[in-house]
Amino acid sequence: MTPDDADYTFAYLDEATKRMIRRAVLKAVAIPGYQTPFASREMPMPYGWGTGGVQLTAACLTPDDVLKVIDQGADDTTNAVSIRAFFAKVAGVATTESTREATIIQTRHRIPETPLTEDQIMVFQVPIPEPLRFLEPRETETRRMHALADYGLMQVRLYEDVARHGAVTLAYAYPVRVAGRYVMDPSPIPRFDNPKLDRSPALMLFGAGREQRIYALPPWTRVESLDFEDHPFEASKPDRPCALCGAEDSYLDEVIVDDAGGRMFVCSDTDHCANRRAAGAQASAP
Amino acid sequence: MTVSTAEMAQARVRADAEARAPLLEVAGLTRRYGARIGCADIGFDLWPGEVLGVVGESGSGKSTLLACLAGHLAPDAGRVLWRDRDGRARDVLAIPEPERRLLARTDWAFVRQNPRDGLRMGVSAGGNIGERLMAGGARHYGRIRGAAADWLARVEIDAGRIDDTPRAFSGGMQQRLQIARNLVSGPRLVLMDEPTGGLDVSVQARLLDLLRGLVREMGLSAIVVTHDLAVARLLAHRLMVMKDGRVVETGLTDQVLDDPQHAYTQLLVSSALRL
Ligand SMILES: Nc1ncnc2c1ncn2[C@@H]1O[C@H](COP(=O)(O)OP(=O)(O)O)[C@@H](O)[C@H]1O
Ligand SMILES: [Mg+2]
Repeated sequence: MTPDDADYTFAYLDEATKRMIRRAVLKAVAIPGYQTPFASREMPMPYGWGTGGVQLTAACLTPDDVLKVIDQGADDTTNAVSIRAFFAKVAGVATTESTREATIIQTRHRIPETPLTEDQIMVFQVPIPEPLRFLEPRETETRRMHALADYGLMQVRLYEDVARHGAVTLAYAYPVRVAGRYVMDPSPIPRFDNPKLDRSPALMLFGAGREQRIYALPPWTRVESLDFEDHPFEASKPDRPCALCGAEDSYLDEVIVDDAGGRMFVCSDTDHCANRRAAGAQASAP
Repeated sequence: MTVSTAEMAQARVRADAEARAPLLEVAGLTRRYGARIGCADIGFDLWPGEVLGVVGESGSGKSTLLACLAGHLAPDAGRVLWRDRDGRARDVLAIPEPERRLLARTDWAFVRQNPRDGLRMGVSAGGNIGERLMAGGARHYGRIRGAAADWLARVEIDAGRIDDTPRAFSGGMQQRLQIARNLVSGPRLVLMDEPTGGLDVSVQARLLDLLRGLVREMGLSAIVVTHDLAVARLLAHRLMVMKDGRVVETGLTDQVLDDPQHAYTQLLVSSALRL
């Protein structure tokens, strides 16, 4: 599609808006982990459906990009399918379910199991960007805490968890320290995925549409999950292999398989699971 | 941990004393509320290891003075010099916000009259005590918890309450917890505003004994604001008597209370029941 025959601007957003978002992205990349304000636009979908991620994707896409969209690790959920279809229509870009083929991956809840490369951009849809929100509801105060790197209160929250439960119980949105400076909410990914943020070769962009914030991890940024020396961070997952491909090291979802309430644990990353099975992997006989 | 905190504090007191310089030098400190005077032209030095009592009836400007010293309130005039750990005199009112916040959670402590204002009511006793340590970079859970348990014992709270929130504590326990939370970092200057103010008389006595023990043991440098001369008598080495925002008399505690010079102090002393 060329500008001449387009009925709408490439990738839906007008050029001025994309420039504004790219400026915010540049600032976010320059200050890793810092929540940069941006003038979030109305999108043809409700807030909570990833409008922040969609705007980032729109501002990053070029006609040669190959887009992958996942929701809970799966390419075939309603949300993933409709966002992919949206960009296929408004940008005419190729889409894929393969992590390896993708140049831009928009996600909610997961980072693919397949290692990312320097040629890829991850775009995260973020519902609540402020990791201190539940400790301190006043935005004026949380901003000051970030500005002064005053993060004792966040550590108190972890202390309370260990005191009550013997371990930090946060399963999702487990807070991280970025490049030794800003504390950041990594979006609702499972803590299992936190290590994938650390020194990732891919650029990671986070967009919160309703809250009008963009933040970023430039490639190779140091990302540490907050913990205690004697209670070190652990990337937990169900302690069993995938029931379909037998993978021992991938994040699993529990799915209900029949009306009798039968359950099994399978890879949450559907592309990863399918690739393994195509290469001959299978679950060992029970 | 107990020993090391106390030892650290004492070593610091010695080092400060050796520097032969006051910890705090206050001059001409004035704060107005519109036309009304909060406090006016206050000046004094506080030496390492010294406890200064500030007494006077309600409305005499004690809290205003303390808030100005702590940087909670901006004075209209005057100067407060603070001797930092490196022996340098720093203008408290000109210290940038980030550094002042750092000081407020390390070298300074502020004990409020109402423990609810000085505690996190939704956080466990252990978390309340550990917060300053964690804010200062402590990342070893076992040691943080050990220090918390230790401080609970020092303020006479049962170790079994370490995971309870202060909501379930009596007023006296809450105040003792607030003190532990403040002293755990081994502060060089402790400011207290009516620390026994809201408590029953019997509970007050116990808290006073505890405070007196801690002051001695840790060699604390402190400013204690109180309208209760008995509290001043027990805790303070030196007294400053305030009336209508101004200092009317200063001197050694026993001197001021046993032989008051100013008519107002004489009135205060004679109207107190027994000292
Ligand atoms: N926020 C305020 N606004 C106006 N006046 C105040 C305020 N705080 C204190 N004052 C006045 O300043 C004077 C000193 O008050 P304060 O410092 O609270 O005295 P104290 O602690 O000795 O009771 C009083 O006249 C009081 O009414
Ligand atoms: Mg007062």
